[in-house]
Amino acid sequence: MIRVDGSSDSQSLIRVRGLNKTYSRGGEKIQVLQGLNLDVDKGDFVAFMGPSGSGKTTLLNLLGGLDVPSAGSITVAGDEITHMSGSKLTQWRARHVGFIFQMYNLIPVLTAYQNVELPLLLTKLSGSDRRKHVETALAVVGLADRMQHYPRQLSGGQEQRVTIARAIVSDPTFLLCDEPTGDLDRKSADEIMALIEELVNRYGKTVLMVTHDPVVAARAHTTLHLEKGLLVEGKGSSPQSVLAGGAA
Amino acid sequence: MAIPLTYNFRSVKARWTSAIVAVAGIAGTVGVFVAMLSLAKGFRATLVSSGSPDNALIVRGGATSEMTSGVGLDSVKIIQDAPGIARGPNGPLVTAEAVLMAPIPLRSTGTDANVEVRGVSPNVLEIRKGVRIVQGRMFTPGLAEIVVGKNANTTYSGLTLGNTIGLGTMQWKVVGVFDAGGSAFDSEVWGDPHLLTAAYNRPDTFFQSVTARLSSPEALTPLKDALTTDPRLNVDVTREIDYYAKQSTRMTTLITTLGGFVAFVMAIGAVFGALNTMYSAVADRGREIATMRALGFGGPSVVFSFLIEALLISFVGGLLGCLAVLRLNGVTTSTINFQTFSNLAFAFMITPSLLVEGVVFAMVMGVLGGFFPAVRAARLPVATALREL
Repeated sequence: MIRVDGSSDSQSLIRVRGLNKTYSRGGEKIQVLQGLNLDVDKGDFVAFMGPSGSGKTTLLNLLGGLDVPSAGSITVAGDEITHMSGSKLTQWRARHVGFIFQMYNLIPVLTAYQNVELPLLLTKLSGSDRRKHVETALAVVGLADRMQHYPRQLSGGQEQRVTIARAIVSDPTFLLCDEPTGDLDRKSADEIMALIEELVNRYGKTVLMVTHDPVVAARAHTTLHLEKGLLVEGKGSSPQSVLAGGAA
Repeated sequence: MAIPLTYNFRSVKARWTSAIVAVAGIAGTVGVFVAMLSLAKGFRATLVSSGSPDNALIVRGGATSEMTSGVGLDSVKIIQDAPGIARGPNGPLVTAEAVLMAPIPLRSTGTDANVEVRGVSPNVLEIRKGVRIVQGRMFTPGLAEIVVGKNANTTYSGLTLGNTIGLGTMQWKVVGVFDAGGSAFDSEVWGDPHLLTAAYNRPDTFFQSVTARLSSPEALTPLKDALTTDPRLNVDVTREIDYYAKQSTRMTTLITTLGGFVAFVMAIGAVFGALNTMYSAVADRGREIATMRALGFGGPSVVFSFLIEALLISFVGGLLGCLAVLRLNGVTTSTINFQTFSNLAFAFMITPSLLVEGVVFAMVMGVLGGFFPAVRAARLPVATALREL
């Protein structure tokens, strides 16, 4: 269950408390997130929406350990990541986060197989075990017959499937999707969303997704809106502001 | 585990137009580096091969070369009877040699070059075992005949078999060509010492050096002890091979220093070429690098990966540079030997170890050119770079 009021106990898979992020631009301080709270349980599928500059991607970067907050804490599966060193955070990302990007971010000089294998190179798996994992992941996304294709030889939808296979191959704690259908036509977008839903419903994956598209957001269990640095619930009802300060 | 090498190989291949600039710069630098060193190596090898470990060279005490030495006939007779000298059927294997300079025109330019003319004993071929007559015959003692080294034969005008040439006040017939195994003797002209000194109005009882065949390589010490402690003599005794090795030092140092300087200046340019290539690689691949970092590859992995890429480029450059100059191997050139002021022919000598040095030099340039771009790659702000187009 997803909560944004900071009232949950410590059993949540992802627990965010009092999250602040401030940027300096031209000497001016811009506060993007202002004491944000969030609780996500295992198997939840949440969509973040909001206007440009509302902090959606900033929140995703913070949850994925790609950026560090100005204040507040993020705890994932019992590990507080906000005070981890750069190298610890890198290791943590490898173990816990699967990224799905809008522009796919596949390595163009590597085949689909090699792209999917990348996260496994950071594990202690043997070559044959890695092969099994990669083949399984590519089979899950329906690209078992495209393993030796390079990204340029694949359609946008297929590229995004490879990205999803790369995200799930190491069985991370949760998936972060940044506009996963933003670069796709509607048909491909539907297929990708069906795949993500399958990951949640069939494989029990936890997915946090940023999107501009209400149709895509509607596929999530819950849609949260980012407004003025705070998260407000908004699926099926008018957004309701949730006070966040001092909720940790 | 590090970022797979396939990534680097294919990235270089995909951006070969950018990499080729660095490859060409490094190849050129390595080519010059290897060529210069092979020149120095060839010069040294030519001189060193002139000496034999079985021979002793005796010069005046304090003389730095044969040209500044003088050994009288009375001293030669004492040396002949010294211990440790091998003996042949006709007596001790000793050659008292008069060394002279004769200006002879080069075939290539027609300008005169100093040729070392050596008056040698008739038994010289028994003492210098590496020398053999390959055309004609040995000169006859007492006659105005000369034999010429194979390089002298091909380098200078008038030193062809059967020809007559003026040296000093006399006319000399070329009766033979000898092969001294690529040593400095190949650039010399040999004849009867008494006639040669007479042709140059020098006393025929005065020589520049004495070369003696040792009864065994270990016999040098007793010979040296005997000669240097004899109050009638003032001589230095050196193993012949050591003498020629020392003779090569000044020129090889000069070539190595000049070559090293040229290679160093070129290397600076090549490193900047590599820097440029690698910086543009980092700039072009910001999103790829950020993706790797997001997936969990650490900063050191990224640094290592880009260093590998720089090393790959420099290795190819080094290899091409070596291949480009490989054809110089064995090509003969000549220069003035500073010790004797005579013209000395020698060949570029490209050895496997020299090629390895060339490739290592290339890879050092690669590391220098790749390090800072690699660090920049590792420090890219991941969150920003992930969204680069």
